[in-house]
Amino acid sequence: MIAIVDYGAGNISSVKKAFEHLGASVQVTSDPVVIASAEKVVVPGVGHFNRCEFLNERLRLPVMEAVKQGKPFLGICVGMQWLFAGSTEAPGTPGAALFAGECSRFPAEVKSPHVGWNQIDVREGSRLLRGIENGAFVYYTHCYRAPLVPETVASSGYGGEFSAAVERDNVFGVQFHPEKSGDTGLMLLENFCEL
Amino acid sequence: MNSERLTKRIIACLDVDGGRVVKGVKFQELRDAGDPAELARTHAAAGADEIVLLDITATSGERQTLIEIVGRTARQLFIPFTVGGGIRTLDDAARVFDAGADKVSINSAAIAGPELISNIANRFGSQAVVVAIDGKRGQQSPAEAEVFVAGGRKSTGRKVVDWAKEAESRGAGEILLTSMDRDGTGIGFDCELTASVAGTVSIPVIASGGAGNVQHFQDVFSEGKADAALAASIFHFGTHAVAELKQTLLHAGIPMRWPC
Repeated sequence: MIAIVDYGAGNISSVKKAFEHLGASVQVTSDPVVIASAEKVVVPGVGHFNRCEFLNERLRLPVMEAVKQGKPFLGICVGMQWLFAGSTEAPGTPGAALFAGECSRFPAEVKSPHVGWNQIDVREGSRLLRGIENGAFVYYTHCYRAPLVPETVASSGYGGEFSAAVERDNVFGVQFHPEKSGDTGLMLLENFCEL
Repeated sequence: MNSERLTKRIIACLDVDGGRVVKGVKFQELRDAGDPAELARTHAAAGADEIVLLDITATSGERQTLIEIVGRTARQLFIPFTVGGGIRTLDDAARVFDAGADKVSINSAAIAGPELISNIANRFGSQAVVVAIDGKRGQQSPAEAEVFVAGGRKSTGRKVVDWAKEAESRGAGEILLTSMDRDGTGIGFDCELTASVAGTVSIPVIASGGAGNVQHFQDVFSEGKADAALAASIFHFGTHAVAELKQTLLHAGIPMRWPC
Protein backbone atom coordinates (compact mmCIF):
# COMPACT_ATOMS: atom_id res chain seq x y z
CA MET A 1 0.00 0.00 0.00
CA ILE A 2 1.15 3.51 -0.82
CA ALA A 3 0.32 6.11 1.83
CA ILE A 4 -0.53 9.53 0.39
CA VAL A 5 0.06 11.90 3.26
CA ASP A 6 -2.74 14.41 3.74
CA TYR A 7 -1.53 17.44 5.67
CA GLY A 8 -4.03 20.01 4.46
CA ALA A 9 -1.94 21.27 1.56
CA GLY A 10 -4.50 21.60 -1.17
CA ASN A 11 -6.32 19.15 -3.32
CA ILE A 12 -4.72 15.72 -3.52
CA SER A 13 -7.46 13.78 -5.27
CA SER A 14 -5.60 13.91 -8.62
CA VAL A 15 -2.54 12.23 -7.12
CA LYS A 16 -4.71 9.45 -5.72
CA LYS A 17 -6.55 9.11 -9.01
CA ALA A 18 -3.33 8.80 -11.03
CA PHE A 19 -1.99 6.02 -8.78
CA GLU A 20 -5.32 4.21 -8.93
CA HIS A 21 -5.28 4.47 -12.71
CA LEU A 22 -1.96 2.60 -12.59
CA GLY A 23 -3.56 -0.10 -10.46
CA ALA A 24 -1.73 0.79 -7.23
CA SER A 25 -3.30 0.38 -3.83
CA VAL A 26 -3.31 3.79 -2.17
CA GLN A 27 -4.62 5.31 1.02
CA VAL A 28 -4.94 9.04 1.69
CA THR A 29 -4.10 9.47 5.35
CA SER A 30 -2.92 11.70 8.15
CA ASP A 31 -2.72 8.77 10.55
CA PRO A 32 0.84 7.98 11.77
CA VAL A 33 -0.10 4.30 12.17
CA VAL A 34 -1.18 4.01 8.52
CA ILE A 35 1.99 5.77 7.37
CA ALA A 36 4.08 3.39 9.46
CA SER A 37 2.41 0.37 7.88
CA ALA A 38 2.75 1.61 4.28
CA GLU A 39 5.28 0.18 1.84
CA LYS A 40 5.77 3.52 0.17
CA VAL A 41 5.06 7.10 1.17
CA VAL A 42 4.01 10.03 -1.02
CA VAL A 43 3.92 13.60 0.27
CA PRO A 44 2.07 15.70 -2.32
CA GLY A 45 1.02 19.27 -1.80
CA VAL A 46 0.42 22.60 -3.40
CA GLY A 47 0.24 26.01 -1.85
CA HIS A 48 2.18 27.74 0.89
CA PHE A 49 5.25 26.22 2.56
CA ASN A 50 3.79 27.04 5.99
CA ARG A 51 1.42 24.10 5.49
CA CYS A 52 4.46 21.98 6.29
CA GLU A 53 4.01 23.03 9.94
CA PHE A 54 1.30 20.40 10.27
CA LEU A 55 3.60 17.87 8.65
CA ASN A 56 6.41 18.81 11.02
CA GLU A 57 4.28 18.72 14.14
CA ARG A 58 2.18 15.64 13.57
CA LEU A 59 3.75 13.44 10.94
CA ARG A 60 7.47 14.13 10.82
CA LEU A 61 8.37 11.10 12.95
CA PRO A 62 6.52 8.40 10.97
CA VAL A 63 7.55 9.93 7.64
CA MET A 64 11.22 10.19 8.64
CA GLU A 65 11.10 6.66 10.06
CA ALA A 66 9.84 5.39 6.69
CA VAL A 67 12.73 7.18 4.97
CA LYS A 68 15.22 5.73 7.47
CA GLN A 69 13.89 2.23 6.78
CA GLY A 70 14.55 2.78 3.11
CA LYS A 71 10.91 2.76 2.04
CA PRO A 72 10.47 4.54 -1.30
CA PHE A 73 9.47 8.14 -0.64
CA LEU A 74 8.16 10.67 -3.17
CA GLY A 75 7.65 14.36 -2.44
CA ILE A 76 5.65 16.34 -5.00
CA CYS A 77 5.82 20.16 -5.37
CA VAL A 78 5.74 21.51 -1.79
CA GLY A 79 6.38 17.91 -0.73
CA MET A 80 9.68 18.05 -2.60
CA GLN A 81 10.55 21.47 -1.23
CA TRP A 82 10.04 20.04 2.26
CA LEU A 83 12.95 17.64 1.61
CA PHE A 84 15.26 20.67 1.63
CA ALA A 85 16.36 22.66 4.69
CA GLY A 86 13.52 25.14 4.31
CA SER A 87 12.04 27.84 2.13
CA THR A 88 12.19 31.61 2.18
CA GLU A 89 8.40 31.45 1.79
CA ALA A 90 8.10 30.47 5.48
CA PRO A 91 11.44 31.09 7.22
CA GLY A 92 10.15 29.77 10.57
CA THR A 93 9.13 26.41 9.10
CA PRO A 94 11.99 23.93 8.74
CA GLY A 95 12.09 21.23 6.08
CA ALA A 96 13.38 17.69 6.48
CA ALA A 97 16.90 18.76 5.42
CA LEU A 98 17.54 15.54 3.49
CA PHE A 99 18.95 17.71 0.72
CA ALA A 100 21.12 20.75 1.27
CA GLY A 101 19.99 24.29 0.57
CA GLU A 102 16.90 26.38 0.75
CA CYS A 103 14.01 26.95 -1.65
CA SER A 104 13.52 30.50 -2.84
CA ARG A 105 11.23 32.61 -5.00
CA PHE A 106 11.74 33.12 -8.72
CA PRO A 107 13.67 36.29 -9.52
CA ALA A 108 11.61 39.40 -10.25
CA GLU A 109 12.52 39.43 -13.96
CA VAL A 110 10.22 36.47 -14.71
CA LYS A 111 6.50 36.22 -14.08
CA SER A 112 5.62 34.33 -10.94
CA PRO A 113 4.00 31.84 -10.56
CA HIS A 114 5.65 29.59 -13.14
CA VAL A 115 2.54 27.95 -14.57
CA GLY A 116 2.42 25.59 -17.50
CA TRP A 117 4.42 23.02 -19.41
CA ASN A 118 8.20 23.21 -19.40
CA GLN A 119 10.91 20.79 -20.46
CA ILE A 120 13.18 18.76 -18.21
CA ASP A 121 16.86 18.19 -18.77
CA VAL A 122 17.29 14.62 -17.56
CA ARG A 123 20.53 13.33 -16.00
CA GLU A 124 21.44 9.75 -16.77
CA GLY A 125 20.92 6.94 -14.30
CA SER A 126 17.80 8.13 -12.50
CA ARG A 127 15.53 5.28 -11.42
CA LEU A 128 12.52 7.56 -11.03
CA LEU A 129 12.91 8.96 -14.56
CA ARG A 130 13.72 5.65 -16.26
CA GLY A 131 12.42 5.69 -19.83
CA ILE A 132 11.65 9.41 -19.79
CA GLU A 133 13.35 11.28 -22.60
CA ASN A 134 15.55 14.30 -22.22
CA GLY A 135 13.44 17.34 -23.10
CA ALA A 136 10.15 15.75 -22.02
CA PHE A 137 7.40 18.20 -21.06
CA VAL A 138 5.98 18.36 -17.55
CA TYR A 139 3.38 20.56 -15.87
CA TYR A 140 4.40 23.09 -13.22
CA THR A 141 2.56 25.50 -10.98
CA HIS A 142 4.71 27.15 -8.27
CA CYS A 143 6.35 30.38 -7.09
CA TYR A 144 9.28 28.85 -5.18
CA ARG A 145 11.84 26.35 -6.37
CA ALA A 146 14.70 24.25 -5.06
CA PRO A 147 18.34 24.90 -5.99
CA LEU A 148 20.48 22.54 -8.03
CA VAL A 149 22.18 19.99 -5.78
CA PRO A 150 24.46 17.00 -6.45
CA GLU A 151 21.34 14.78 -6.21
CA THR A 152 19.48 16.72 -8.91
CA VAL A 153 18.42 14.22 -11.59
CA ALA A 154 16.44 16.66 -13.75
CA SER A 155 16.35 20.41 -14.08
CA SER A 156 14.21 23.01 -15.82
CA GLY A 157 14.94 26.57 -16.82
CA TYR A 158 12.82 29.51 -15.76
CA GLY A 159 14.53 32.54 -14.28
CA GLY A 160 17.61 30.30 -14.16
CA GLU A 161 17.95 26.57 -13.72
CA PHE A 162 16.33 24.82 -10.77
CA SER A 163 15.82 21.26 -9.54
CA ALA A 164 12.94 19.58 -11.33
CA ALA A 165 13.69 16.25 -9.66
CA VAL A 166 16.03 15.03 -6.93
CA GLU A 167 16.92 11.47 -6.05
CA ARG A 168 19.09 9.76 -3.46
CA ASP A 169 18.68 6.07 -2.70
CA ASN A 170 14.93 5.69 -2.22
CA VAL A 171 14.19 9.35 -1.53
CA PHE A 172 12.68 11.16 -4.53
CA GLY A 173 11.26 14.60 -5.06
CA VAL A 174 9.69 16.31 -8.06
CA GLN A 175 8.79 19.98 -8.34
CA PHE A 176 6.37 19.43 -11.23
CA HIS A 177 3.07 17.55 -11.02
CA PRO A 178 3.46 14.04 -12.45
CA GLU A 179 -0.27 13.46 -11.92
CA LYS A 180 -0.94 16.31 -14.38
CA SER A 181 1.94 15.73 -16.80
CA GLY A 182 0.25 13.36 -19.22
CA ASP A 183 2.02 10.16 -20.25
CA THR A 184 5.40 11.40 -18.99
CA GLY A 185 3.99 11.87 -15.51
CA LEU A 186 2.24 8.51 -15.52
CA MET A 187 5.50 6.82 -16.54
CA LEU A 188 7.27 8.45 -13.58
CA LEU A 189 4.57 7.31 -11.16
CA GLU A 190 4.70 3.83 -12.62
CA ASN A 191 8.47 3.77 -12.08
CA PHE A 192 7.83 4.72 -8.46
CA CYS A 193 5.22 1.97 -8.08
CA GLU A 194 7.66 -0.59 -9.44
CA LEU A 195 10.49 0.27 -7.03
CA MET B 1 17.97 22.19 -25.12
CA ASN B 2 16.62 25.68 -24.69
CA SER B 3 16.87 26.38 -20.99
CA GLU B 4 14.08 28.95 -20.76
CA ARG B 5 11.22 27.26 -22.44
CA LEU B 6 7.97 27.65 -20.60
CA THR B 7 5.52 26.91 -23.38
CA LYS B 8 2.39 28.78 -24.34
CA ARG B 9 -0.70 26.72 -23.58
CA ILE B 10 -3.53 25.75 -25.88
CA ILE B 11 -6.64 25.14 -23.83
CA ALA B 12 -9.66 23.29 -25.14
CA CYS B 13 -12.95 24.50 -23.70
CA LEU B 14 -16.00 22.27 -23.50
CA ASP B 15 -19.30 24.06 -23.02
CA VAL B 16 -21.61 21.66 -21.25
CA ASP B 17 -25.38 21.95 -21.13
CA GLY B 18 -27.46 19.34 -19.35
CA GLY B 19 -24.57 16.90 -19.34
CA ARG B 20 -23.62 17.15 -23.02
CA VAL B 21 -21.01 19.23 -24.81
CA VAL B 22 -22.69 21.80 -27.02
CA LYS B 23 -21.33 24.13 -29.61
CA GLY B 24 -22.85 27.24 -30.99
CA VAL B 25 -22.19 30.70 -32.27
CA LYS B 26 -22.81 33.51 -29.81
CA PHE B 27 -24.75 31.13 -27.59
CA GLN B 28 -27.27 30.51 -30.35
CA GLU B 29 -28.01 27.38 -32.32
CA LEU B 30 -26.61 25.13 -29.61
CA ARG B 31 -25.92 21.75 -31.05
CA ASP B 32 -24.94 18.49 -29.39
CA ALA B 33 -21.24 17.77 -29.89
CA GLY B 34 -20.77 14.78 -27.65
CA ASP B 35 -19.92 13.35 -24.27
CA PRO B 36 -17.70 15.60 -22.09
CA ALA B 37 -15.46 12.83 -20.71
CA GLU B 38 -14.91 11.36 -24.16
CA LEU B 39 -14.23 14.71 -25.82
CA ALA B 40 -11.85 15.77 -23.04
CA ARG B 41 -9.85 12.59 -23.60
CA THR B 42 -9.86 13.10 -27.35
CA HIS B 43 -8.59 16.68 -27.04
CA ALA B 44 -5.92 15.64 -24.52
CA ALA B 45 -4.71 12.87 -26.83
CA ALA B 46 -4.63 15.31 -29.74
CA GLY B 47 -2.33 17.65 -27.80
CA ALA B 48 -4.46 20.09 -25.82
CA ASP B 49 -2.42 21.35 -22.87
CA GLU B 50 -5.36 21.77 -20.61
CA ILE B 51 -9.11 21.19 -20.52
CA VAL B 52 -11.73 23.65 -19.30
CA LEU B 53 -15.24 22.41 -18.73
CA LEU B 54 -17.75 25.21 -18.59
CA ASP B 55 -21.22 24.42 -17.33
CA ILE B 56 -23.64 26.64 -19.19
CA THR B 57 -26.71 24.83 -17.91
CA ALA B 58 -29.35 27.44 -17.26
CA THR B 59 -31.10 25.63 -14.44
CA SER B 60 -29.40 25.28 -11.08
CA GLY B 61 -31.20 22.02 -10.35
CA GLU B 62 -28.73 20.04 -12.42
CA ARG B 63 -25.63 20.61 -10.29
CA GLN B 64 -25.44 16.95 -9.37
CA THR B 65 -25.24 16.04 -13.05
CA LEU B 66 -22.23 18.34 -13.34
CA ILE B 67 -20.46 16.74 -10.37
CA GLU B 68 -20.91 13.31 -11.94
CA ILE B 69 -19.55 14.56 -15.25
CA VAL B 70 -16.56 16.19 -13.58
CA GLY B 71 -15.80 12.91 -11.78
CA ARG B 72 -16.14 10.85 -14.93
CA THR B 73 -14.01 13.29 -16.96
CA ALA B 74 -11.30 13.62 -14.31
CA ARG B 75 -10.84 9.88 -13.89
CA GLN B 76 -9.30 9.52 -17.34
CA LEU B 77 -7.60 12.89 -17.64
CA PHE B 78 -3.99 13.44 -16.60
CA ILE B 79 -3.50 17.02 -17.70
CA PRO B 80 -4.78 20.11 -15.85
CA PHE B 81 -8.55 20.25 -15.62
CA THR B 82 -10.56 23.39 -14.82
CA VAL B 83 -14.26 23.53 -14.10
CA GLY B 84 -16.39 26.67 -14.25
CA GLY B 85 -19.99 27.77 -14.30
CA GLY B 86 -22.28 28.22 -11.34
CA ILE B 87 -19.61 28.07 -8.63
CA ARG B 88 -20.88 30.55 -6.06
CA THR B 89 -19.54 29.38 -2.71
CA LEU B 90 -16.53 27.69 -1.16
CA ASP B 91 -18.67 24.56 -0.77
CA ASP B 92 -19.52 24.57 -4.49
CA ALA B 93 -15.80 24.76 -5.21
CA ALA B 94 -14.97 22.02 -2.70
CA ARG B 95 -17.46 19.65 -4.36
CA VAL B 96 -15.92 20.26 -7.77
CA PHE B 97 -12.39 19.68 -6.40
CA ASP B 98 -13.52 16.51 -4.63
CA ALA B 99 -14.89 15.28 -7.94
CA GLY B 100 -11.41 15.68 -9.46
CA ALA B 101 -11.02 19.21 -10.84
CA ASP B 102 -7.62 20.88 -10.41
CA LYS B 103 -8.87 24.43 -10.73
CA VAL B 104 -12.17 26.24 -10.58
CA SER B 105 -13.10 29.19 -12.71
CA ILE B 106 -15.26 31.80 -11.02
CA ASN B 107 -16.86 34.82 -12.62
CA SER B 108 -20.09 36.55 -11.47
CA ALA B 109 -19.80 35.22 -7.93
CA ALA B 110 -16.35 36.75 -7.55
CA ILE B 111 -17.67 40.15 -8.58
CA ALA B 112 -20.61 39.82 -6.19
CA GLY B 113 -18.35 38.78 -3.30
CA PRO B 114 -14.63 39.07 -4.04
CA GLU B 115 -13.74 37.31 -0.77
CA LEU B 116 -14.70 34.09 -2.56
CA ILE B 117 -11.36 34.32 -4.37
CA SER B 118 -9.33 34.39 -1.16
CA ASN B 119 -11.56 31.82 0.52
CA ILE B 120 -10.88 29.28 -2.20
CA ALA B 121 -7.21 30.28 -2.50
CA ASN B 122 -6.61 29.90 1.23
CA ARG B 123 -8.06 26.43 1.28
CA PHE B 124 -6.95 25.00 -2.06
CA GLY B 125 -4.08 27.28 -3.06
CA SER B 126 -3.93 30.14 -5.55
CA GLN B 127 -3.04 27.79 -8.38
CA ALA B 128 -6.55 26.37 -8.07
CA VAL B 129 -8.39 29.66 -8.61
CA VAL B 130 -9.00 31.05 -12.07
CA VAL B 131 -10.90 34.32 -12.17
CA ALA B 132 -12.84 34.62 -15.43
CA ILE B 133 -13.45 38.13 -16.68
CA ASP B 134 -15.85 38.98 -19.50
CA GLY B 135 -14.78 42.33 -20.91
CA LYS B 136 -16.31 44.62 -23.50
CA ARG B 137 -14.91 47.87 -24.88
CA GLY B 138 -16.54 48.52 -28.23
CA GLN B 139 -14.49 51.18 -29.98
CA GLN B 140 -12.84 52.42 -26.81
CA SER B 141 -9.28 51.86 -25.62
CA PRO B 142 -8.38 48.71 -23.65
CA ALA B 143 -8.10 50.79 -20.47
CA GLU B 144 -11.81 51.59 -20.81
CA ALA B 145 -12.93 47.97 -21.19
CA GLU B 146 -15.72 47.15 -18.78
CA VAL B 147 -16.50 43.97 -16.85
CA PHE B 148 -19.79 42.21 -17.64
CA VAL B 149 -21.43 39.41 -15.67
CA ALA B 150 -24.37 37.04 -16.00
CA GLY B 151 -23.14 35.59 -19.27
CA GLY B 152 -22.29 39.02 -20.64
CA ARG B 153 -25.75 40.47 -20.08
CA LYS B 154 -25.08 42.76 -17.11
CA SER B 155 -22.64 45.62 -16.91
CA THR B 156 -20.81 46.10 -13.61
CA GLY B 157 -19.32 49.52 -14.23
CA ARG B 158 -15.91 48.12 -13.29
CA LYS B 159 -12.82 48.40 -15.48
CA VAL B 160 -11.33 45.10 -16.63
CA VAL B 161 -7.78 46.12 -15.77
CA ASP B 162 -8.70 47.21 -12.23
CA TRP B 163 -10.68 44.06 -11.56
CA ALA B 164 -7.84 41.86 -12.85
CA LYS B 165 -5.46 43.62 -10.49
CA GLU B 166 -7.81 43.20 -7.56
CA ALA B 167 -8.40 39.52 -8.37
CA GLU B 168 -4.64 38.95 -8.35
CA SER B 169 -4.20 40.70 -5.01
CA ARG B 170 -7.00 38.59 -3.52
CA GLY B 171 -5.25 35.38 -4.50
CA ALA B 172 -6.30 34.46 -8.04
CA GLY B 173 -3.78 32.16 -9.72
CA GLU B 174 -4.75 32.95 -13.31
CA ILE B 175 -7.02 35.30 -15.26
CA LEU B 176 -9.27 33.94 -17.99
CA LEU B 177 -10.04 36.98 -20.10
CA THR B 178 -12.88 36.77 -22.60
CA SER B 179 -13.51 39.55 -25.08
CA MET B 180 -17.28 39.96 -25.42
CA ASP B 181 -16.65 42.02 -28.55
CA ARG B 182 -14.89 39.11 -30.22
CA ASP B 183 -16.57 36.06 -28.71
CA GLY B 184 -18.08 33.87 -31.38
CA THR B 185 -16.96 36.10 -34.25
CA GLY B 186 -13.93 34.14 -35.41
CA ILE B 187 -12.18 37.40 -36.39
CA GLY B 188 -9.36 37.03 -33.87
CA PHE B 189 -8.62 37.61 -30.21
CA ASP B 190 -8.61 41.14 -28.76
CA CYS B 191 -4.81 41.34 -28.59
CA GLU B 192 -4.75 44.92 -27.29
CA LEU B 193 -7.05 44.14 -24.38
CA THR B 194 -5.12 40.95 -23.60
CA ALA B 195 -1.79 42.80 -23.66
CA SER B 196 -3.08 45.51 -21.37
CA VAL B 197 -4.21 42.95 -18.77
CA ALA B 198 -1.06 40.81 -19.16
CA GLY B 199 1.03 43.94 -18.62
CA THR B 200 -0.87 44.77 -15.43
CA VAL B 201 -0.81 41.47 -13.53
CA SER B 202 2.04 39.05 -12.96
CA ILE B 203 -0.18 35.95 -12.94
CA PRO B 204 -0.83 34.14 -16.23
CA VAL B 205 -3.49 35.49 -18.57
CA ILE B 206 -5.56 33.12 -20.68
CA ALA B 207 -7.04 34.82 -23.75
CA SER B 208 -10.45 33.80 -24.99
CA GLY B 209 -12.98 34.93 -27.56
CA GLY B 210 -12.55 35.35 -31.29
CA ALA B 211 -10.28 32.49 -32.35
CA GLY B 212 -10.91 31.67 -36.00
CA ASN B 213 -7.61 30.55 -37.46
CA VAL B 214 -4.00 29.76 -36.60
CA GLN B 215 -2.78 33.31 -37.20
CA HIS B 216 -5.10 34.52 -34.45
CA PHE B 217 -3.32 32.32 -31.94
CA GLN B 218 0.08 33.48 -33.12
CA ASP B 219 -1.04 37.10 -32.73
CA VAL B 220 -2.42 36.68 -29.23
CA PHE B 221 0.79 35.04 -28.02
CA SER B 222 3.16 37.54 -29.61
CA GLU B 223 1.24 40.84 -29.65
CA GLY B 224 -1.26 39.98 -26.94
CA LYS B 225 1.38 38.63 -24.53
CA ALA B 226 -1.04 35.88 -23.54
CA ASP B 227 0.31 32.93 -21.57
CA ALA B 228 -2.42 30.65 -22.86
CA ALA B 229 -5.24 30.76 -25.36
CA LEU B 230 -8.59 29.10 -25.04
CA ALA B 231 -10.95 28.10 -27.79
CA ALA B 232 -14.02 25.96 -28.02
CA SER B 233 -15.48 25.89 -31.49
CA ILE B 234 -12.20 25.65 -33.39
CA PHE B 235 -11.45 22.30 -31.77
CA HIS B 236 -14.72 20.79 -32.82
CA PHE B 237 -13.61 20.98 -36.46
CA GLY B 238 -11.87 17.68 -35.93
CA THR B 239 -9.47 15.86 -33.70
CA HIS B 240 -6.47 16.98 -35.74
CA ALA B 241 -7.18 20.64 -35.15
CA VAL B 242 -5.10 20.93 -31.97
CA ALA B 243 -2.15 19.03 -33.37
CA GLU B 244 -2.06 21.07 -36.56
CA LEU B 245 -2.43 24.30 -34.64
CA LYS B 246 0.45 23.49 -32.30
CA GLN B 247 2.78 22.40 -35.08
CA THR B 248 2.12 25.54 -37.06
CA LEU B 249 2.69 27.76 -34.03
CA LEU B 250 5.89 25.91 -33.18
CA HIS B 251 7.22 26.56 -36.68
CA ALA B 252 6.31 30.22 -36.23
CA GLY B 253 8.60 30.37 -33.20
CA ILE B 254 5.98 30.16 -30.44
CA PRO B 255 7.15 27.70 -27.73
CA MET B 256 4.73 24.80 -27.68
CA ARG B 257 4.53 21.45 -25.95
CA TRP B 258 5.09 19.31 -29.01
CA PRO B 259 5.27 16.41 -29.55
CA CYS B 260 3.05 15.64 -26.60
